[in-house]
Amino acid sequence: MNLSRRQALALGGAVITVSLLPVDLAHAASDQSNEAIAAFTGGADIGEGNLELTTPEIAENGNTVPIAVSASGAVSVLILADGNPSPGVATFHFGEMAEASASTRIRLAGTQSVIAVAKMADGSFIQAARSVKVTIGGCGG
Amino acid sequence: MAKIKPRVKAPKSVAAGEVFTVKTLINHKMESGQRKDKAGEKIPRQIINKFEAIFNGTPVLTADLDPAISTNPFIEFSMKISEAGDLAFKWHDDDGSVYETSKSIAIG
Amino acid sequence: MKTLTKSTLMGGFLALSLGFAATAGEDSTLVVNGETPIPVRAAAPEGSPLPELFSGWVFRSVETQAMQADDFDNPGMIFVDQAWEAWSTPEGSAGKSCADCHGEPDSMAGLRATMPKWNAEAGKLYTLEDYINESRVKHMGAEPWKWSGAQMTGMTALISLQSRGATINVKTDGPVAEMYEKGKEIYYTRVGQLDMACSNCHEDNYGVMIRADHLSQGQTNGFPAYRLKNAKLNSIHARFKGCMKNIRARPYKEGSDEFRALELYVASRGNGLVVEGPSVRN
Repeated sequence: MNLSRRQALALGGAVITVSLLPVDLAHAASDQSNEAIAAFTGGADIGEGNLELTTPEIAENGNTVPIAVSASGAVSVLILADGNPSPGVATFHFGEMAEASASTRIRLAGTQSVIAVAKMADGSFIQAARSVKVTIGGCGG
Repeated sequence: MAKIKPRVKAPKSVAAGEVFTVKTLINHKMESGQRKDKAGEKIPRQIINKFEAIFNGTPVLTADLDPAISTNPFIEFSMKISEAGDLAFKWHDDDGSVYETSKSIAIG
Repeated sequence: MKTLTKSTLMGGFLALSLGFAATAGEDSTLVVNGETPIPVRAAAPEGSPLPELFSGWVFRSVETQAMQADDFDNPGMIFVDQAWEAWSTPEGSAGKSCADCHGEPDSMAGLRATMPKWNAEAGKLYTLEDYINESRVKHMGAEPWKWSGAQMTGMTALISLQSRGATINVKTDGPVAEMYEKGKEIYYTRVGQLDMACSNCHEDNYGVMIRADHLSQGQTNGFPAYRLKNAKLNSIHARFKGCMKNIRARPYKEGSDEFRALELYVASRGNGLVVEGPSVRN
Protein backbone atom coordinates (compact mmCIF):
# COMPACT_ATOMS: atom_id res chain seq x y z
CA MET A 1 0.00 0.00 0.00
CA ASN A 2 1.40 3.37 -0.90
CA LEU A 3 1.33 5.64 2.12
CA SER A 4 1.54 9.37 1.73
CA ARG A 5 4.17 10.98 3.95
CA ARG A 6 1.47 12.38 6.17
CA GLN A 7 -0.12 8.96 6.54
CA ALA A 8 3.18 7.32 7.31
CA LEU A 9 4.00 9.88 9.97
CA ALA A 10 0.59 9.65 11.58
CA LEU A 11 0.69 5.86 11.48
CA GLY A 12 4.13 5.81 13.00
CA GLY A 13 3.07 8.26 15.64
CA ALA A 14 0.11 6.14 16.58
CA VAL A 15 2.26 3.05 16.83
CA ILE A 16 4.77 4.75 19.10
CA THR A 17 1.94 5.98 21.29
CA VAL A 18 0.53 2.51 21.74
CA SER A 19 3.85 0.95 22.70
CA LEU A 20 4.57 3.72 25.11
CA LEU A 21 4.45 1.86 28.39
CA PRO A 22 7.18 2.83 30.78
CA VAL A 23 9.57 -0.03 30.27
CA ASP A 24 12.14 -0.96 32.85
CA LEU A 25 15.33 -0.40 30.92
CA ALA A 26 18.23 -2.51 31.97
CA HIS A 27 21.66 -1.17 31.12
CA ALA A 28 20.92 1.23 28.28
CA ALA A 29 22.45 4.25 30.02
CA SER A 30 24.66 6.90 28.46
CA ASP A 31 28.40 7.05 29.11
CA GLN A 32 27.96 9.97 31.48
CA SER A 33 25.32 8.09 33.42
CA ASN A 34 27.45 4.98 33.61
CA GLU A 35 30.31 7.05 34.95
CA ALA A 36 28.10 8.55 37.63
CA ILE A 37 26.78 5.11 38.54
CA ALA A 38 30.30 3.68 38.74
CA ALA A 39 31.36 6.52 40.98
CA PHE A 40 28.42 5.78 43.26
CA THR A 41 28.90 2.00 43.38
CA GLY A 42 32.66 1.90 43.17
CA GLY A 43 32.24 -0.50 40.30
CA ALA A 44 30.29 -3.08 42.31
CA ASP A 45 27.68 -5.27 40.65
CA ILE A 46 24.17 -3.93 40.51
CA GLY A 47 21.21 -6.20 40.93
CA GLU A 48 17.49 -5.77 40.89
CA GLY A 49 15.32 -5.56 43.93
CA ASN A 50 12.68 -3.64 45.73
CA LEU A 51 13.39 -0.22 44.30
CA GLU A 52 10.29 1.68 43.36
CA LEU A 53 10.77 4.61 41.04
CA THR A 54 7.63 6.60 40.34
CA THR A 55 7.54 8.94 37.37
CA PRO A 56 4.72 10.19 35.16
CA GLU A 57 4.26 8.38 31.86
CA ILE A 58 4.03 11.72 30.13
CA ALA A 59 5.43 14.82 31.82
CA GLU A 60 3.02 17.73 31.51
CA ASN A 61 6.04 20.03 31.37
CA GLY A 62 9.70 19.06 31.34
CA ASN A 63 10.48 21.97 33.60
CA THR A 64 8.84 20.42 36.64
CA VAL A 65 8.45 16.65 36.68
CA PRO A 66 7.43 15.05 39.98
CA ILE A 67 9.30 11.85 40.82
CA ALA A 68 9.46 9.60 43.84
CA VAL A 69 11.82 6.86 44.91
CA SER A 70 11.41 4.24 47.58
CA ALA A 71 13.69 1.37 48.55
CA SER A 72 13.10 -0.21 51.90
CA GLY A 73 16.45 -0.70 53.62
CA ALA A 74 18.43 1.62 51.37
CA VAL A 75 20.98 3.98 52.90
CA SER A 76 21.29 6.16 49.84
CA VAL A 77 19.77 6.53 46.40
CA LEU A 78 21.30 8.12 43.32
CA ILE A 79 18.95 9.62 40.74
CA LEU A 80 20.05 10.28 37.18
CA ALA A 81 18.33 11.72 34.13
CA ASP A 82 19.94 9.82 31.35
CA GLY A 83 19.10 12.24 28.56
CA ASN A 84 19.89 15.55 30.26
CA PRO A 85 23.00 17.55 29.30
CA SER A 86 24.38 16.39 32.61
CA PRO A 87 22.68 13.32 34.12
CA GLY A 88 23.05 14.12 37.82
CA VAL A 89 19.78 14.88 39.55
CA ALA A 90 20.15 14.15 43.24
CA THR A 91 21.55 11.75 45.80
CA PHE A 92 19.47 11.09 48.88
CA HIS A 93 21.18 9.85 52.05
CA PHE A 94 18.82 8.36 54.63
CA GLY A 95 19.57 8.52 58.33
CA GLU A 96 18.18 6.01 60.80
CA MET A 97 15.02 7.98 61.52
CA ALA A 98 14.17 8.33 57.84
CA GLU A 99 12.10 5.99 55.74
CA ALA A 100 14.15 5.20 52.66
CA SER A 101 11.96 7.18 50.32
CA ALA A 102 11.81 10.70 48.94
CA SER A 103 9.93 12.76 46.39
CA THR A 104 11.03 15.78 44.47
CA ARG A 105 10.52 17.63 41.20
CA ILE A 106 13.07 17.57 38.43
CA ARG A 107 13.87 19.03 35.04
CA LEU A 108 13.93 16.74 32.07
CA ALA A 109 15.29 18.15 28.84
CA GLY A 110 13.43 15.69 26.66
CA THR A 111 12.02 12.19 26.56
CA GLN A 112 14.46 9.95 28.42
CA SER A 113 15.01 7.42 31.15
CA VAL A 114 15.21 8.35 34.79
CA ILE A 115 17.54 5.95 36.59
CA ALA A 116 17.70 5.22 40.30
CA VAL A 117 20.50 3.26 41.98
CA ALA A 118 20.12 2.37 45.63
CA LYS A 119 22.87 1.42 48.05
CA MET A 120 21.49 -1.04 50.56
CA ALA A 121 22.48 -1.36 54.21
CA ASP A 122 24.47 -4.51 53.45
CA GLY A 123 26.56 -2.70 50.84
CA SER A 124 24.81 -4.19 47.82
CA PHE A 125 23.31 -2.13 45.00
CA ILE A 126 20.05 -2.33 43.10
CA GLN A 127 18.72 -0.19 40.29
CA ALA A 128 15.56 0.70 38.42
CA ALA A 129 14.79 2.90 35.45
CA ARG A 130 11.66 4.40 33.94
CA SER A 131 11.06 6.10 30.66
CA VAL A 132 9.37 9.49 30.79
CA LYS A 133 7.91 11.13 27.72
CA VAL A 134 8.55 14.84 27.71
CA THR A 135 6.53 16.84 25.26
CA ILE A 136 7.00 20.34 24.02
CA GLY A 137 4.89 22.56 21.90
CA GLY A 138 1.32 23.52 21.81
CA CYS A 139 0.02 26.72 23.17
CA GLY A 140 1.54 26.15 26.58
CA GLY A 141 4.86 26.88 24.88
CA MET B 1 17.01 38.68 44.37
CA ALA B 2 13.69 37.81 45.93
CA LYS B 3 13.77 36.87 49.56
CA ILE B 4 14.37 33.17 50.04
CA LYS B 5 11.60 31.73 52.11
CA PRO B 6 11.21 28.08 53.05
CA ARG B 7 7.82 26.50 53.55
CA VAL B 8 7.69 23.33 55.62
CA LYS B 9 4.92 20.99 56.67
CA ALA B 10 5.48 18.67 59.58
CA PRO B 11 3.02 17.47 62.21
CA LYS B 12 2.95 19.26 65.55
CA SER B 13 2.86 15.96 67.40
CA VAL B 14 3.13 12.29 66.58
CA ALA B 15 3.05 8.97 68.40
CA ALA B 16 6.47 7.53 69.14
CA GLY B 17 7.52 5.34 66.24
CA GLU B 18 4.69 6.55 64.01
CA VAL B 19 5.82 7.27 60.45
CA PHE B 20 4.98 10.78 59.33
CA THR B 21 5.52 12.80 56.18
CA VAL B 22 7.47 16.01 55.91
CA LYS B 23 7.10 18.35 52.94
CA THR B 24 9.53 21.13 52.18
CA LEU B 25 9.45 23.84 49.57
CA ILE B 26 11.79 26.80 49.14
CA ASN B 27 11.79 29.48 46.50
CA HIS B 28 15.04 29.44 44.59
CA LYS B 29 15.72 29.92 40.90
CA MET B 30 18.02 26.92 40.69
CA GLU B 31 19.91 28.61 37.89
CA SER B 32 21.34 25.62 36.09
CA GLY B 33 24.25 27.29 34.37
CA GLN B 34 22.90 26.11 31.01
CA ARG B 35 20.75 29.13 30.21
CA LYS B 36 22.05 31.97 28.11
CA ASP B 37 21.24 35.63 28.59
CA LYS B 38 20.19 38.04 25.86
CA ALA B 39 23.81 38.66 24.89
CA GLY B 40 24.34 34.94 24.41
CA GLU B 41 26.45 34.60 27.52
CA LYS B 42 25.86 31.65 29.85
CA ILE B 43 24.15 32.71 33.05
CA PRO B 44 26.31 31.37 35.86
CA ARG B 45 25.03 28.44 37.87
CA GLN B 46 23.50 29.16 41.23
CA ILE B 47 21.53 26.42 42.89
CA ILE B 48 20.71 24.95 46.25
CA ASN B 49 23.25 22.14 46.21
CA LYS B 50 22.38 20.45 49.48
CA PHE B 51 19.35 19.95 51.67
CA GLU B 52 19.50 18.67 55.22
CA ALA B 53 16.85 17.59 57.68
CA ILE B 54 18.26 17.12 61.16
CA PHE B 55 16.35 15.98 64.23
CA ASN B 56 17.78 16.86 67.63
CA GLY B 57 21.18 17.08 66.04
CA THR B 58 21.01 13.76 64.18
CA PRO B 59 20.84 13.80 60.37
CA VAL B 60 17.58 12.36 59.07
CA LEU B 61 17.87 13.09 55.38
CA THR B 62 20.62 14.69 53.36
CA ALA B 63 20.11 15.37 49.69
CA ASP B 64 22.90 16.40 47.34
CA LEU B 65 21.17 18.36 44.61
CA ASP B 66 22.15 18.96 41.01
CA PRO B 67 20.91 21.61 38.56
CA ALA B 68 18.29 19.14 37.33
CA ILE B 69 16.21 19.86 40.41
CA SER B 70 13.37 22.19 39.41
CA THR B 71 13.10 25.82 40.39
CA ASN B 72 11.57 26.19 43.85
CA PRO B 73 12.93 22.86 45.09
CA PHE B 74 10.39 20.55 46.63
CA ILE B 75 11.49 17.64 48.79
CA GLU B 76 9.15 15.28 50.60
CA PHE B 77 10.23 12.45 52.86
CA SER B 78 8.99 10.31 55.74
CA MET B 79 10.45 9.59 59.12
CA LYS B 80 9.72 8.53 62.68
CA ILE B 81 10.89 9.71 66.07
CA SER B 82 10.89 8.25 69.55
CA GLU B 83 11.28 11.48 71.51
CA ALA B 84 10.10 15.04 71.11
CA GLY B 85 12.43 17.62 69.65
CA ASP B 86 13.29 20.00 66.86
CA LEU B 87 13.41 19.12 63.21
CA ALA B 88 15.87 21.55 61.64
CA PHE B 89 16.06 22.18 57.91
CA LYS B 90 18.98 23.64 56.03
CA TRP B 91 19.32 24.57 52.39
CA HIS B 92 22.87 25.27 51.18
CA ASP B 93 23.25 27.73 48.31
CA ASP B 94 26.19 27.62 45.87
CA ASP B 95 27.07 31.12 47.04
CA GLY B 96 27.64 29.91 50.58
CA SER B 97 24.36 31.10 52.04
CA VAL B 98 22.48 28.68 54.22
CA TYR B 99 18.73 29.06 54.62
CA GLU B 100 17.25 27.54 57.72
CA THR B 101 14.03 26.89 59.47
CA SER B 102 12.84 24.39 62.04
CA LYS B 103 9.71 22.78 63.41
CA SER B 104 9.13 21.43 66.88
CA ILE B 105 7.51 18.03 67.07
CA ALA B 106 6.00 16.69 70.29
CA ILE B 107 5.25 13.11 71.23
CA GLY B 108 1.59 12.71 72.03
CA MET C 1 -9.76 12.51 -0.33
CA LYS C 2 -9.27 8.94 0.92
CA THR C 3 -5.71 9.87 1.96
CA LEU C 4 -6.89 12.86 3.95
CA THR C 5 -9.54 10.92 5.83
CA LYS C 6 -7.20 8.12 6.87
CA SER C 7 -4.48 10.41 8.16
CA THR C 8 -7.01 12.58 9.92
CA LEU C 9 -8.34 9.50 11.66
CA MET C 10 -4.85 8.39 12.59
CA GLY C 11 -4.04 11.89 13.77
CA GLY C 12 -7.18 11.85 15.82
CA PHE C 13 -6.25 8.50 17.33
CA LEU C 14 -2.83 9.85 18.19
CA ALA C 15 -4.35 12.90 19.77
CA LEU C 16 -6.87 10.86 21.73
CA SER C 17 -4.32 8.39 23.05
CA LEU C 18 -1.94 11.13 24.12
CA GLY C 19 -4.84 12.98 25.68
CA PHE C 20 -6.05 9.90 27.52
CA ALA C 21 -2.68 9.14 29.02
CA ALA C 22 -1.92 12.73 29.89
CA THR C 23 -4.95 13.78 31.91
CA ALA C 24 -6.88 12.72 34.96
CA GLY C 25 -10.06 13.00 33.02
CA GLU C 26 -12.84 15.45 33.46
CA ASP C 27 -14.36 13.44 36.30
CA SER C 28 -11.76 14.05 38.97
CA THR C 29 -12.43 16.24 41.95
CA LEU C 30 -10.20 18.66 43.79
CA VAL C 31 -9.96 18.63 47.55
CA VAL C 32 -7.40 21.01 49.00
CA ASN C 33 -5.46 20.08 52.12
CA GLY C 34 -7.63 17.03 52.56
CA GLU C 35 -10.53 19.13 53.74
CA THR C 36 -11.65 21.85 51.35
CA PRO C 37 -13.56 20.57 48.33
CA ILE C 38 -13.19 22.94 45.40
CA PRO C 39 -15.78 22.48 42.68
CA VAL C 40 -13.98 22.41 39.36
CA ARG C 41 -17.01 22.29 37.14
CA ALA C 42 -20.15 24.39 37.11
CA ALA C 43 -23.32 24.96 35.17
CA ALA C 44 -22.79 27.54 32.49
CA PRO C 45 -24.45 30.90 33.16
CA GLU C 46 -27.52 31.77 31.11
CA GLY C 47 -26.68 32.81 27.59
CA SER C 48 -23.22 31.27 27.80
CA PRO C 49 -21.78 29.89 24.59
CA LEU C 50 -20.32 27.05 26.67
CA PRO C 51 -22.46 24.00 27.55
CA GLU C 52 -20.73 23.57 30.91
CA LEU C 53 -17.89 25.30 32.74
CA PHE C 54 -14.63 23.58 33.58
CA SER C 55 -11.79 25.00 35.60
CA GLY C 56 -8.39 24.76 33.97
CA TRP C 57 -7.53 22.26 36.69
CA VAL C 58 -9.60 19.61 34.97
CA PHE C 59 -7.44 19.62 31.86
CA ARG C 60 -4.11 19.06 33.57
CA SER C 61 -2.27 15.79 34.15
CA VAL C 62 -2.83 13.80 37.35
CA GLU C 63 0.54 14.92 38.70
CA THR C 64 -0.16 18.60 38.08
CA GLN C 65 -3.61 18.31 39.62
CA ALA C 66 -2.07 16.73 42.71
CA MET C 67 0.24 19.69 43.16
CA GLN C 68 -2.70 21.95 43.79
CA ALA C 69 -4.31 19.62 46.29
CA ASP C 70 -1.99 20.52 49.14
CA ASP C 71 -0.84 23.97 50.13
CA PHE C 72 2.54 22.47 50.91
CA ASP C 73 2.84 20.93 47.47
CA ASN C 74 1.66 24.09 45.74
CA PRO C 75 4.74 26.16 44.88
CA GLY C 76 2.54 29.24 44.44
CA MET C 77 2.09 29.26 48.19
CA ILE C 78 5.70 30.26 48.84
CA PHE C 79 4.91 33.52 47.13
CA VAL C 80 1.73 33.87 49.15
CA ASP C 81 3.90 33.57 52.25
CA GLN C 82 6.19 36.29 50.95
CA ALA C 83 3.23 38.53 50.21
CA TRP C 84 1.91 37.87 53.72
CA GLU C 85 5.12 39.35 55.05
CA ALA C 86 5.00 42.23 52.61
CA TRP C 87 1.41 42.86 53.76
CA SER C 88 2.59 43.98 57.18
CA THR C 89 5.82 45.62 56.09
CA PRO C 90 5.66 49.42 55.94
CA GLU C 91 6.80 50.86 52.69
CA GLY C 92 6.80 54.23 51.00
CA SER C 93 6.83 57.82 52.18
CA ALA C 94 3.74 57.42 54.36
CA GLY C 95 5.48 54.71 56.37
CA LYS C 96 2.44 52.48 56.17
CA SER C 97 1.89 48.85 55.43
CA CYS C 98 -1.19 47.25 53.86
CA ALA C 99 -2.12 46.08 57.35
CA ASP C 100 -2.33 49.60 58.71
CA CYS C 101 -5.43 50.33 56.63
CA HIS C 102 -6.70 46.88 55.77
CA GLY C 103 -6.07 44.90 58.92
CA GLU C 104 -5.54 41.21 58.25
CA PRO C 105 -5.48 39.76 54.71
CA ASP C 106 -8.83 38.10 55.40
CA SER C 107 -10.44 41.53 55.18
CA MET C 108 -10.13 40.88 51.46
CA ALA C 109 -12.44 37.86 51.60
CA GLY C 110 -14.76 37.70 48.61
CA LEU C 111 -12.99 40.43 46.66
CA ARG C 112 -11.27 38.24 44.08
CA ALA C 113 -14.56 36.70 43.03
CA THR C 114 -15.85 40.05 41.79
CA MET C 115 -12.78 41.26 39.94
CA PRO C 116 -12.33 43.12 37.70
CA LYS C 117 -14.90 45.73 38.65
CA TRP C 118 -15.94 49.31 38.28
CA ASN C 119 -14.14 51.82 40.45
CA ALA C 120 -16.58 54.70 40.76
CA GLU C 121 -14.02 57.09 42.18
CA ALA C 122 -11.61 56.49 39.36
CA GLY C 123 -14.38 56.25 36.79
CA LYS C 124 -12.96 53.15 35.19
CA LEU C 125 -12.74 49.37 35.27
CA TYR C 126 -10.21 48.25 37.84
CA THR C 127 -8.36 44.97 38.12
CA LEU C 128 -6.85 43.72 41.37
CA GLU C 129 -3.46 45.01 40.21
CA ASP C 130 -5.00 48.46 39.67
CA TYR C 131 -6.36 48.55 43.21
CA ILE C 132 -3.09 47.37 44.70
CA ASN C 133 -1.00 49.91 42.84
CA GLU C 134 -3.43 52.70 43.58
CA SER C 135 -3.14 51.99 47.28
CA ARG C 136 0.62 51.81 47.02
CA VAL C 137 0.98 55.07 45.18
CA LYS C 138 -1.82 57.14 46.73
CA HIS C 139 -1.99 55.82 50.28
CA MET C 140 1.50 54.50 50.94
CA GLY C 141 3.56 56.84 48.82
CA ALA C 142 5.33 53.80 47.46
CA GLU C 143 6.41 52.86 43.96
CA PRO C 144 3.85 50.93 41.93
CA TRP C 145 4.67 47.27 41.40
CA LYS C 146 5.25 45.80 37.97
CA TRP C 147 2.04 44.23 36.73
CA SER C 148 3.39 40.70 36.53
CA GLY C 149 6.38 40.91 38.83
CA ALA C 150 6.89 38.55 41.73
CA GLN C 151 5.66 41.06 44.33
CA MET C 152 2.42 41.80 42.51
CA THR C 153 1.59 38.21 41.65
CA GLY C 154 2.40 37.15 45.20
CA MET C 155 -0.01 39.77 46.52
CA THR C 156 -2.79 38.92 44.08
CA ALA C 157 -2.26 35.28 45.09
CA LEU C 158 -2.58 36.19 48.76
CA ILE C 159 -5.76 38.14 48.06
CA SER C 160 -7.14 35.38 45.83
CA LEU C 161 -6.50 32.87 48.59
CA GLN C 162 -8.84 34.85 50.83
CA SER C 163 -11.61 34.13 48.35
CA ARG C 164 -10.77 30.48 47.77
CA GLY C 165 -14.02 28.64 47.16
CA ALA C 166 -16.03 31.80 46.53
CA THR C 167 -18.15 31.74 43.40
CA ILE C 168 -16.95 33.99 40.60
CA ASN C 169 -19.54 36.66 40.04
CA VAL C 170 -18.42 39.61 37.96
CA LYS C 171 -20.84 42.30 36.89
CA THR C 172 -21.11 42.86 33.18
CA ASP C 173 -23.79 45.55 33.12
CA GLY C 174 -23.96 49.12 34.29
CA PRO C 175 -20.84 51.26 33.87
CA VAL C 176 -18.72 48.27 32.80
CA ALA C 177 -21.04 47.29 29.96
CA GLU C 178 -18.94 49.08 27.37
CA MET C 179 -15.74 47.36 28.46
CA TYR C 180 -17.60 44.05 28.56
CA GLU C 181 -18.66 44.44 24.94
CA LYS C 182 -15.14 45.50 23.98
CA GLY C 183 -13.70 42.45 25.70
CA LYS C 184 -16.20 40.20 23.98
CA GLU C 185 -15.23 41.63 20.62
CA ILE C 186 -11.54 41.04 21.31
CA TYR C 187 -12.32 37.47 22.36
CA TYR C 188 -13.91 36.65 19.05
CA THR C 189 -11.61 38.60 16.74
CA ARG C 190 -9.00 36.70 14.79
CA VAL C 191 -5.54 38.19 15.03
CA GLY C 192 -1.95 37.36 14.31
CA GLN C 193 -0.12 35.39 11.69
CA LEU C 194 -1.99 32.28 12.75
CA ASP C 195 -5.19 34.27 12.38
CA MET C 196 -6.84 32.91 15.49
CA ALA C 197 -9.26 34.24 18.05
CA CYS C 198 -9.45 33.17 21.69
CA SER C 199 -12.67 31.35 20.87
CA ASN C 200 -11.05 29.13 18.25
CA CYS C 201 -9.21 27.24 20.97
CA HIS C 202 -11.06 27.91 24.17
CA GLU C 203 -14.62 27.71 22.95
CA ASP C 204 -14.48 25.59 19.83
CA ASN C 205 -11.76 23.18 20.86
CA TYR C 206 -11.38 22.87 24.61
CA GLY C 207 -10.64 19.30 25.63
CA VAL C 208 -8.71 18.67 22.44
CA MET C 209 -4.92 18.42 22.23
CA ILE C 210 -3.17 21.21 20.42
CA ARG C 211 0.12 19.52 19.66
CA ALA C 212 1.23 18.47 23.13
CA ASP C 213 -1.00 20.75 25.17
CA HIS C 214 -4.45 19.93 26.49
CA LEU C 215 -6.68 22.90 25.67
CA SER C 216 -8.72 24.36 28.49
CA GLN C 217 -11.66 26.74 28.37
CA GLY C 218 -9.27 29.57 29.10
CA GLN C 219 -10.91 30.42 32.39
CA THR C 220 -9.30 32.83 34.82
CA ASN C 221 -10.72 31.58 38.11
CA GLY C 222 -7.39 29.97 39.01
CA PHE C 223 -5.26 33.05 38.48
CA PRO C 224 -2.67 33.99 39.46
CA ALA C 225 -1.47 30.60 38.29
CA TYR C 226 1.80 28.92 39.17
CA ARG C 227 2.88 27.61 35.80
CA LEU C 228 5.24 24.66 35.58
CA LYS C 229 6.54 26.15 32.36
CA ASN C 230 8.11 29.17 34.01
CA ALA C 231 8.06 28.03 37.62
CA LYS C 232 6.40 31.18 38.90
CA LEU C 233 3.06 32.84 39.49
CA ASN C 234 1.54 34.34 36.34
CA SER C 235 -0.91 37.21 36.14
CA ILE C 236 -3.94 37.14 33.86
CA HIS C 237 -2.52 39.77 31.54
CA ALA C 238 0.79 37.95 31.31
CA ARG C 239 -1.10 34.87 30.19
CA PHE C 240 -3.12 36.84 27.64
CA LYS C 241 0.14 38.25 26.34
CA GLY C 242 1.65 34.77 26.06
CA CYS C 243 -1.37 33.45 24.22
CA MET C 244 -1.20 36.29 21.72
CA LYS C 245 2.48 35.66 21.16
CA ASN C 246 1.73 31.99 20.57
CA ILE C 247 -0.52 32.89 17.66
CA ARG C 248 2.08 35.34 16.41
CA ALA C 249 0.04 38.43 17.10
CA ARG C 250 1.43 41.63 18.52
CA PRO C 251 0.21 41.44 22.13
CA TYR C 252 -1.56 44.25 23.91
CA LYS C 253 0.28 45.58 26.92
CA GLU C 254 -0.25 44.29 30.42
CA GLY C 255 -2.42 46.86 32.15
CA SER C 256 -3.84 48.10 28.85
CA ASP C 257 -7.52 48.84 28.41
CA GLU C 258 -7.74 46.03 25.86
CA PHE C 259 -6.57 43.48 28.40
CA ARG C 260 -8.74 44.97 31.13
CA ALA C 261 -11.75 44.60 28.85
CA LEU C 262 -10.72 41.09 27.89
CA GLU C 263 -10.16 40.20 31.53
CA LEU C 264 -13.69 41.29 32.37
CA TYR C 265 -15.22 39.36 29.51
CA VAL C 266 -13.20 36.20 30.21
CA ALA C 267 -13.98 36.41 33.93
CA SER C 268 -17.68 36.63 33.13
CA ARG C 269 -17.45 33.45 31.08
CA GLY C 270 -16.41 31.81 34.34
CA ASN C 271 -19.28 33.14 36.45
CA GLY C 272 -20.24 30.06 38.44
CA LEU C 273 -16.76 28.57 38.80
CA VAL C 274 -14.94 29.26 42.05
CA VAL C 275 -11.75 31.08 42.97
CA GLU C 276 -8.98 28.55 43.48
CA GLY C 277 -6.42 30.64 45.32
CA PRO C 278 -3.15 30.32 43.47
CA SER C 279 -3.63 27.44 41.05
CA VAL C 280 -1.06 25.14 39.48
CA ARG C 281 -1.12 24.87 35.72
CA ASN C 282 1.17 23.76 32.92
